[in-house]
Order: sequence, then structure tokens, then C-alpha cells
Amino acid sequence: MNAILRKNELAPQIFEFLVSAPQIARKAQPGQFVIVMADEAAERIPLTIADFDREAGTITLVMMVVGASSWKIAQLGTDESLFAVIGPLGHASPVSAGGTVVMVAGGVGTAPVFPIARAFHDQGCKVFTIQGARTGSLLFWSDRLRSVSDELIVTTDDGTAGRKGLVTHPLRELLEQDTARDIRCVYAIGPTPMMRFCALTTQPFAVPTTVSLNSIMVDGTGMCGGCRVEVGGQTRFTCVDGPEFDGHQVDWETLMARQKTYHSHEQCSLQRVPLTAGN
Amino acid sequence: MTATSRTKARRVPMPEQPPEQRVGNFREVPLGYTLEQAQAEAARCLGCKKAPCREGCPVSVDIPAFVRLIADGRPAEAAACIRQTNCLPAVCGRVCPQETQCEARCVLQRRGESVAIGRLERFAADFEQAADQVYLPTTAASTGKRVAVVGAGPAGLTVAGDLALRGHEVTVFEAFHKAGGVLVYGIPEFRLPKRIVQSEVEYLERLGVRIELNQVVGQSVSVSDLLDSEGYDAVFIGVGAGLPVTMGIPGENLCGIYLANEYLTRVNLMRAYDFPAVDTPVVRGSRVCVIGGGNVAMDAARTARRLGGEQVNVLYRRTMDELPARAEEVHHAQEEGIDFRTLCAPIEYLGDDRGFVRQVRCQVMELGEPDKSGRRRPVPKPGEQILIDADLVIVAIGSGANPLLTRKTPKVALGRYGHIVANEAGATSLPGVWAGGDIVTGSATVILAMGAGRAAAQDIHAYLMEHSNRGAGDTAQPEPAAESAAA
Ligand SMILES: Cc1cc2nc3c(=O)[nH]c(=O)nc-3n(C[C@H](O)[C@H](O)[C@H](O)COP(=O)(O)OP(=O)(O)OC[C@H]3O[C@@H](n4cnc5c(N)ncnc54)[C@H](O)[C@@H]3O)c2cc1C
Ligand code: SF4
Ligand code: FES
Repeated sequence: MNAILRKNELAPQIFEFLVSAPQIARKAQPGQFVIVMADEAAERIPLTIADFDREAGTITLVMMVVGASSWKIAQLGTDESLFAVIGPLGHASPVSAGGTVVMVAGGVGTAPVFPIARAFHDQGCKVFTIQGARTGSLLFWSDRLRSVSDELIVTTDDGTAGRKGLVTHPLRELLEQDTARDIRCVYAIGPTPMMRFCALTTQPFAVPTTVSLNSIMVDGTGMCGGCRVEVGGQTRFTCVDGPEFDGHQVDWETLMARQKTYHSHEQCSLQRVPLTAGN
Repeated sequence: MTATSRTKARRVPMPEQPPEQRVGNFREVPLGYTLEQAQAEAARCLGCKKAPCREGCPVSVDIPAFVRLIADGRPAEAAACIRQTNCLPAVCGRVCPQETQCEARCVLQRRGESVAIGRLERFAADFEQAADQVYLPTTAASTGKRVAVVGAGPAGLTVAGDLALRGHEVTVFEAFHKAGGVLVYGIPEFRLPKRIVQSEVEYLERLGVRIELNQVVGQSVSVSDLLDSEGYDAVFIGVGAGLPVTMGIPGENLCGIYLANEYLTRVNLMRAYDFPAVDTPVVRGSRVCVIGGGNVAMDAARTARRLGGEQVNVLYRRTMDELPARAEEVHHAQEEGIDFRTLCAPIEYLGDDRGFVRQVRCQVMELGEPDKSGRRRPVPKPGEQILIDADLVIVAIGSGANPLLTRKTPKVALGRYGHIVANEAGATSLPGVWAGGDIVTGSATVILAMGAGRAAAQDIHAYLMEHSNRGAGDTAQPEPAAESAAA
């Protein structure tokens, strides 16, 4: 059991949890994730570690309600507990000094991007960050991103905040302006289509592009193979070989199809959700 | 009974749920002997002095003694007798391959049918639990030594139990949210009810073993942390095999294609058969193909049958004669209407426009020359391919060694395929660290994992005592706990 020390709604249906997890906090690195179970009958779902405080023994998780399992977690409040939090899992982001990096954060992807951007920033890299959302009210943590970036560019699909348009537009501009080829890598984390389009955008510039995949998982330890993806024509396990992969090598079609494996089940779970809520 | 009537008497048949009924539920298939049935079966035992059955048992359970106790109507004492050398009797009585171990050596086997040792073991263990007469041995006085066990499978649980009895403080670290290893995530309810594993785990807790769930050693804490900053005097690694093998053929990542570990974990540990009452779903298929011919394949096929599989095929690349699964499992599967398509190897999966599997393209095989294992190697029959419809595929072709912990523990030497190298007593190349079970041997059996745990526990105990009474001169290890357990 891991106590929820604080919960707040960052944006409609996007929640931040401060969770007591001393052992995980002690080892957590940017890029790693945890598996969370809301209660004994819950699914095991992966959530990226959005922040950690080794002294306080806490980790921060940010979650958007997308289905029955995330809905269930969102029902838990401050002073309640998560049944299980397992981690830190996956490889840490390979952060090193020097050069310029571009971080692209789409939607709830802001949360995992933050600690990675901070790590690059702490190493003295020049950090450009692009944060995108569908609409202004869904933006969160812009200040935190700004505090670890040399420049923050905000975009919204509807123009209600920052530039109107998709994150790929400023991304392309940055790469086009980079005639000295200072940009050594791009990180893109967010919804799968957004990561895919970022990878497509950077491909002609041949800039290494890292994405963090959100496969469906069960154990998170390489035991089940449920999280498998195809990267560079090979089957890899997101939980132990990733979660970060070369965005230019990922087979996006397969990933997106696999993410919809339980689409019909999800409809069935969601029907049940309001009933439980009523009780 | 006279000696001749004993050898002539037939085995008492095991009452079972009839196939047409059981394919609609997840309840246990063999129902277990009644006391009368168990006594009748136990009375067949000749009580051989040399007891060849015992030599067939990897942990040398005193078979004639416990069988005698059942015959005499003292099943709780029979259970206590088994527990002297086997801390998971209710599990072993159900899942051990007795037909190749103790029962294969029974003298009655040659004259007809061996004593049903496994069924009697199960009977004694179930009786003890039902009657709430689980015998709790007294543990030895505390030694002040602390042991960390990584993995709560049969190997780790055995080590934990044995060392707790000897007075050491034992903590088990388990990655999952439930203890039991393959016993809870792999082997289905209809073969091994979870409550049985649960009560065996509770028994260990009563012996003083602490179990820390949700701890992935190597990630949240490393083996060297355990030995250094966490202050453990010894570590046992029993993390199982747990790295599923993929075939690398086109289409293997279509939706509806599972590796057996995932399929079984969803259904067993996460109870997806009860979806949506629990949250974890599983794809249900009416036309199912299971790839492989071992016990895991049988478990997967029988599970898929219970979850609505109308046509369940087991595709195996050799023939029925080479099938590695236990005969009893194959028999149960056949009774449940599962079809075996032998000399058949998948080479490609075909999907629909949503990315779900629809068909399996198979290569027809024939048997060629014997390979290293002595089995005739299957070779493709040129030009012969077939297409089999499938909306659910479960791949059960084996497991390799999971590198998650070992890659973070570089001082522990590994073999060519990533398994931990350990000696007979389980000692690894890193002093203070032992290993046993599937992570050393590769996928094997529950009882072999327990046997490895037992050997390691003995060696760890000797090591711990030597380190505390250095110079005491007495190298022979007295085993007060083991003796009091036997008393
Ligand atoms: C479906 C299936 C059916 C089987 N049927 C039979 C049968 O009928 N009879 C039989 O005798 N054998 C059977 N086996 C084989 C048998 O289950 C195994 O040989 C046995 O369980 C091995 O025991 P173990 O303790 O080595 O490992 P496991 O049972 O695999 O347990 C290892 C434990 O370690 C945990 N772990 C792994 N990594 C870490 C980590 N880094 N930190 C913390 N914990 C970790 C795992 O979660 C797991 O709980 C079957 C296996 C399968 C998969
Ligand atoms: S070999 Fe068979 S008959 Fe002899 S003691 Fe063992 S179980 Fe009994
Ligand atoms: S989630 Fe099971 S192997 Fe990755």
C-alpha cells in the first residue's frame, strides 16, 4: 500500500498524485516508470515517474483519465492508498552533457518530459522545449518546463494559448534554423500519433529522436511479453528494453493496433463505471 | 490385506468433474479422495524396506511412512510426516510428475499399477488444512542472522521456510503483488486452486517469514544493496526463468496473439475470467491455436477452452509420441475436446485490417534424423502448407532466463544462455549469494526448484553458523530445528 499524500486536478481529467514510495524515490531516474494498481481487483497499469524527491521519499505521478482503470485511480483522494506501486522500471534516459536538445511534450506527456528536460538542463545542455495541447485549459506545468528550458514554445490545436497549431510546426522550424547542427537529439513524449509525427518530422534532418512508448503492460518485468513492440524489424519488450526507443525505427502501425486490443472490453468496463460511482 | 491381495488390488480411481461440466468452470478437475478411498489406496502399499519410491523423490519424502499413517487412519500425522522434507505438500500432490518420479519406481508399477502416491500426498495435505490441523513445528532459537530471498516461487519459499525453522530472520522480496511464482500466475485454478498456494504461504508467515511484495530486486533494491546497506548476511536468488521466447515469424505481434505467460497471468493472477467484475481483460477466442506441446501449452489450451474456445487446436511440430506434456494433462485436454495437430509448425500469422489475427499459416513437417536430445528432428515437407483459422493464438514454446536482476548483479557468473551458474548447494560465484530453481536449471519442475531450495538452505545455514561461531571448532552442523520438526 502506498499512501497518496496529495492529489490535485491539473486540468480537466488530468490528475497529479504525490505518492509515498521511499524505495522507488531513492532509485528513480528520469525516463523510468512504475506499475500501479488502484485496488486488489484492478489492472496493472504503467505510469511514468513525473518527479521524485529522494529525501521526502515521494514520487509524483500524473495521469489522464482515459478508461476504466485510470478512472478508478482518479477516484482515490488524499489520505487514501494505492494497492500497489512497483518500480522504478525500465531504463533511465541516457542523459549526458553538451549540445542542444529539443524536448517535445504532447498533452499528458509533459509529465515524463519534465524530469528528462531537468536532467539535460542540470548537465548544462541547451534545452528547447515545445509543449502542446488540444486547448489551453489542458496545459499544465508550463512554469516547471520553463524553469528547466532555455526556451519554451507552447502550442494549442485551437489557438487558445500559445501558437495555434501542432507541435510539429515549431519542431520543424527549430530544425530548419539549426544550420550549425547543434541539436544533437529530440525527445518526443505524448500520445502515440504525436510521437509518430514528431519522428516523421525529424527524419529528413537525421536527428536522433527518442520516443517513450506507452504499451499495454502486465508485469513490467519482461516476464509476459504483453508489451512487445516492433523496433527496427525486431520484437522488443517495452518494459525492459525501453520504454524509450529510436522513433525512426518504431513500427507505429503495430503499436497503435496493439494499444486498441481491449477497445471493446473498455466499452464494457466504462458502462460499469458510473454504476460503481453512484454507490 | 494379504500381500497377494495388495498386489492384485487395483488403484482407487480419482473422482473427477466430468469433462462436459468442467469446460464451463475453473474449478479443480480431480476432486480428491475421501478418507475411505485414501485408506483403501494406502492399504495397497507394501511398505518396502528399501522403498525405491523414495529414491525417485527429489526431496526424499518418507513415502512408506506417510502412506502407512493414512492406511492407519491418521492423515494429519501423515501430512506432518511429509512436511519434514516437503513444505508444499498440497501443491506437490497436485502438480508433481509422480509418474516419472516416485510412482515410476514403485515396485507395484512392474506388477500393474503403482501406489497413487501423489493422490495420497494431496489427500493428507488437504485433510490437514480442512481439519485446521496444520502442524506448526517449533522454530529454533533466533540466530540473529538475516537472509534475503528474491522471488516467492517454490524455490524461494522453500529456502525461506527451511531457514526460518533454523532460527534465521528471513525476508522474501517478490516482484508481483502475490506470492507463489508460477504457482499463482502460471498454473491454472482448475489444476491448482489459488487458496492452496495461499495457505502454504500463510504457513510460512506463521513460521515468521516476512514477505515484501511489489519489490523488483535489481530495480528498487539491488543484490549488493541487500548485502551491504540493508545488512543481510546472505541472499538467495530464486527468480524463475520468466523470459518468454518468441519465434520471430511475420505477424507475431498482431492483436490476439499472446505469449503463454501473458495469457496465463491475465487469467490466473489477474483473474480475467471474471472480467468485468475485475478490471483486467483477456481476448476470448472461439477458434484458438496453441503453439507448443508442453505442460504450459496444455494449461493454455484448457484455459482457452473454458473461456469460450469452441475449436481449440494444439499445434505441435513433432508427433504425439514426442509430446513433452504429462500424459495426464494430455488426457485431460483430449477429454475436454482439444484437438492436437501434430507435425505442424506455424510460419506466419495473417491479420485483418484492425490488426487482429485471423489465420495461422503452418508448414507441414515430417520426422527426420534424431537430434541431440535423441528425438527425431522435425523437418519441413517441401511445398506443404496449410492455413488454420484463429482469432486467438497462444505461443507456448518455452522460456529463457530473465536478465532483469542478473544484468544488475554483474558479479554473479552466468552461463551461455544467461542462467545463473551455481554448484550443487546453490552457491554462486559471489560469496554470500545462492541461487536455485528455474533461474539456474532453465524451466523445470516445482519439486526440482524445491529440492534446489532445500540444498541451498542447508548450505546457507552452514555458512551463517560458521560465520558466527568461527573458531568454535565443530564443523559438523547440528540441526536442532530440523530435528524438532521431526519429533
Ligand atoms: C504454465 C506452467 C505450468 C507448469 N506446470 C507444472 C507442473 O504441473 N508441475 C511442475 O512440477 N512444474 C510445472 N511448471 C514449472 C514450475 O512451475 C517451475 O519449474 C517452478 O515454478 C520454478 O520455481 P522457481 O521458484 O524457480 O521460479 P518461479 O515459480 O518462476 O518463481 C519466481 C518468482 O520470482 C519473482 N521474481 C522474478 N524476478 C524478480 C525480481 N527481480 N525481484 C523479485 N522477485 C522476482 C517472480 O515474480 C516469481 O514470483 C509449470 C510452469 C508453467 C509456466
Ligand atoms: S515402492 Fe510402492 S509399495 Fe513400496 S513403499 Fe514405495 S509406494 Fe509403497
Ligand atoms: S509488461 Fe510483461 S513483459 Fe513487459
